[in-house]
Amino acid sequence: MERAPDPTTRAPADGGGLTRRRTRRSVGERAVLGFLGAAAVLSVLTTTGIVLTLVVESIPFFEHVAPKEFLTGTGWSPLAGGGSQAFGVLPLVWSTLYLTLVALAVAIPLGLGVGILLAEYASARVRRTVKPVVEVLAGVPTIVFGYFALTFLTPLLQEHLGIELQIFNGLSAGIVLGILVLPTIASVSEDAMSAVPQSLREGAFGLGAAKRQVVVRVVFPAALSGIVAALVLGASRAIGETVVILVAAGNTPSLTTDLGTAHQNMAAFIANVARSDVSAGSVAYDTIFAVGLTLFAITLALNLVAIRFVRRYRQVYE
Amino acid sequence: MSVAEASITRSVVGRAARGERTRDLLFRVALLLCMLVAVLFLAALVVDVAIDGAPILGPDFVTSYPSRIAPESSGVRSALLGTVYLMGLCALFIVPVGVAAAVYLEEYARPERWYNRLVEVNIQNLASVPSVVYGILGLAFIVRGPIDVWGLGQGQPTLLAGALTLGLLVLPVVIIVAREAIRAVPSSIREASLALGATEWQTTWRQVLPSATAGIATGVILALSRAIGETAPLILVGAAAFQRFDPAIDGQFSALPIQIFNNVTEPEAIFRDLAAATILVLLLLLLVMNSIAVLLRNRYETKW
Repeated sequence: MERAPDPTTRAPADGGGLTRRRTRRSVGERAVLGFLGAAAVLSVLTTTGIVLTLVVESIPFFEHVAPKEFLTGTGWSPLAGGGSQAFGVLPLVWSTLYLTLVALAVAIPLGLGVGILLAEYASARVRRTVKPVVEVLAGVPTIVFGYFALTFLTPLLQEHLGIELQIFNGLSAGIVLGILVLPTIASVSEDAMSAVPQSLREGAFGLGAAKRQVVVRVVFPAALSGIVAALVLGASRAIGETVVILVAAGNTPSLTTDLGTAHQNMAAFIANVARSDVSAGSVAYDTIFAVGLTLFAITLALNLVAIRFVRRYRQVYE
Repeated sequence: MSVAEASITRSVVGRAARGERTRDLLFRVALLLCMLVAVLFLAALVVDVAIDGAPILGPDFVTSYPSRIAPESSGVRSALLGTVYLMGLCALFIVPVGVAAAVYLEEYARPERWYNRLVEVNIQNLASVPSVVYGILGLAFIVRGPIDVWGLGQGQPTLLAGALTLGLLVLPVVIIVAREAIRAVPSSIREASLALGATEWQTTWRQVLPSATAGIATGVILALSRAIGETAPLILVGAAAFQRFDPAIDGQFSALPIQIFNNVTEPEAIFRDLAAATILVLLLLLLVMNSIAVLLRNRYETKW
């Protein structure tokens, strides 16, 4: 293919040189392999770096605030002045999970609906229009969703639907967060359902089942492990989302179920501290790492559960 | 079976089928409604941004620096340049490293070894780490920490630190997509090359990688278009708002999402429109990148 003379084609001619050349080449090969391996190891180093950073930088924080106070306290105001600081992370965790719940309430029915439509019902023409919409939605930067929640959805809900909302509220942030994770849920669950073998569908049709029965009672259960993975992936995206919450939900975490008021999740809190003028090294600043550690632990746990769940309940088809 | 029984069976089946037909129809309608909501949402988003931002968008907007004091003449110059530089540096980092890791995992690694499994599970996990956590890594490890080997920033935010942070963030995407592209190259190509006396690396470099180029390029563009829209890691790393000078690799920088974010958080209404116009610039950039990806895919994709 190339013009360059290939040493390998000449190798057999001079029998004695063969081994020598092989040795020389294998040194080069080993160097290449070393570089390739190092690149793969970088990903492990990244994880190590994340864990090290979070743990080591959290130590000063936990020297000042007892872990028990941090994990069980119900007041969170580390940026408050003077003696009124409080370091109980529960309101942040609650707001994070609550907004995720709202997001999933929007994204699960819509995402699964789109997933089922794409996998089971869509004709080639419908697929050609729906697929790009889902892909474009997935590719829109989250800051755009934040802008949309603040400048479009909140006024829409306030003025046209007459819902009592503050300018920064959990409701429109939660809904938009749901739309944000919709593509994840739709495409992962679509893949799961498309992987169900055709023979299962044909078997069900042969027994007289209607299309909807086949989809709901055969394909859906058969793809359940993949669908659960889709939901967990969606949830972990919603838990870790920063700017939508930062822009549209305000910055007061609270232990309330009222969606009309401000909320703040862990990621948005971290970003908010980073851009505030809190001086590096203070306890308030070190909350970045303590909250980051909590967030990382939650998403990691969720991901491990997803992997285990998929492994245990996966049906293997030949 | 008597005639009476047969007719009963038929009528039962018939009725069930009729009820099922209605339910089937309702189910289809519900599915279409789900899709409709998604489409409407996207349409509303684009139209809303376009209405707010289009009047401001123009050559002056692209070439002037952002301004908090004089929003009427504010632009996106420093943010756009910052984003372009970030993308370039990020690509320089993720292409060699991402492709090398993918080649290692697909062509060399024996999956039964524990360390190879560790790398695989690790990449899966990394893909689901929240972006703000990468921001913390960038802040503590690259901006202020041991990895600041060039001593560039001396603890100050630099464009290079931002690019590296974004690179680490999207590296799993590159690796995963590049692996798929490499896996799609049929093994007969490798076997033929090896049988002709090529070494493993010669086979990889001259046969496998050229055949997988389209897929790899698509993955890289996908990763870059994810990096381009990330706000949170750049807030953590310390990107500047309303920067009035061009960014430098070893200096203070801004980026489009950061500029959008800071416009949105300003109270006056005009900043909302500036944010919308900046969003339009960002979306246009994304559109160009994705068109390139589609072109590459259509032009170079090999069917086996």
